[in-house]
Amino acid sequence: MSSPEIFFYVFSALAVAFSLLVVLSKSPIHSAFSLVLVFFCVAADYVLMGAHLVATLQILVYAGAVMVLFIFVIMLLNADVENVNITKNTKFQLFSGVLCLILLAMFVWGVLNGTTSPNKGIFTQEKIDALGGNTKSLSEILFSDYILPFELTSVLLLVGIIGTVSLAKRKLEETESKK
Amino acid sequence: MNTNHFILLSLCLFFIGFFGVLVRRNILIILMSVELMLNAVNIAFIAYGRELQAMGGQIAVFFIITVAAAESAVGLGLLIALYRNLKSVSTESIQYLKQ
Repeated sequence: MSSPEIFFYVFSALAVAFSLLVVLSKSPIHSAFSLVLVFFCVAADYVLMGAHLVATLQILVYAGAVMVLFIFVIMLLNADVENVNITKNTKFQLFSGVLCLILLAMFVWGVLNGTTSPNKGIFTQEKIDALGGNTKSLSEILFSDYILPFELTSVLLLVGIIGTVSLAKRKLEETESKK
Repeated sequence: MNTNHFILLSLCLFFIGFFGVLVRRNILIILMSVELMLNAVNIAFIAYGRELQAMGGQIAVFFIITVAAAESAVGLGLLIALYRNLKSVSTESIQYLKQ
């Protein structure tokens, strides 16, 4: 087994183990920290696939911003209590587990017996290296072919900021009624 | 370490997240399981992008990470606004529509 394969098996096994911890932990803080570790293992898998910019963005944005937001919310709401837990209905737990396993088997069968398109694009590893690396070729395409989604995403983020602040702030009447 | 291995990893993570959304009652953990499912889909995008030798997979992941961050921020803002009335983060206390 070559060294990329060893790294792939190690990081994939860690990702699956930590994701099981996310879903099955009693405490939300344990789930949050396990999810951060899942993001790091997935970023390592991205690097193994040659997607360096996306791996860095994953760590910066997902593990560094989104999960910090989650942990702040857990702290604010004091949600680290034991009584909000997995549903006590064990029949429903069993049914969902069996459903997930059946769907997983279906998808695995479909992937192993399916084919992908024979029309391949132009970005082989040699061409990406010739263009100056993964980040350079990705950013050249992002700002030329995909400029419209890029600008629309910035509008989306602005709308998200305004919406979140207006949702989460206290109403003005509450503070004025105390005067 | 070919594409099928990465797709199997993506499927495992996706269905573990799906199980989490179905079974857990804590809204925060449901939101975290949704993030797990989004990450599984990202792995599938990059795996197929690498196999088809196109950059479209990584571009899609770039946008999915951005939109998922915005969506989780809005979702947590909603949760904070909801918590002010409910004083609880359990899905079983959201029963406003029940007669």
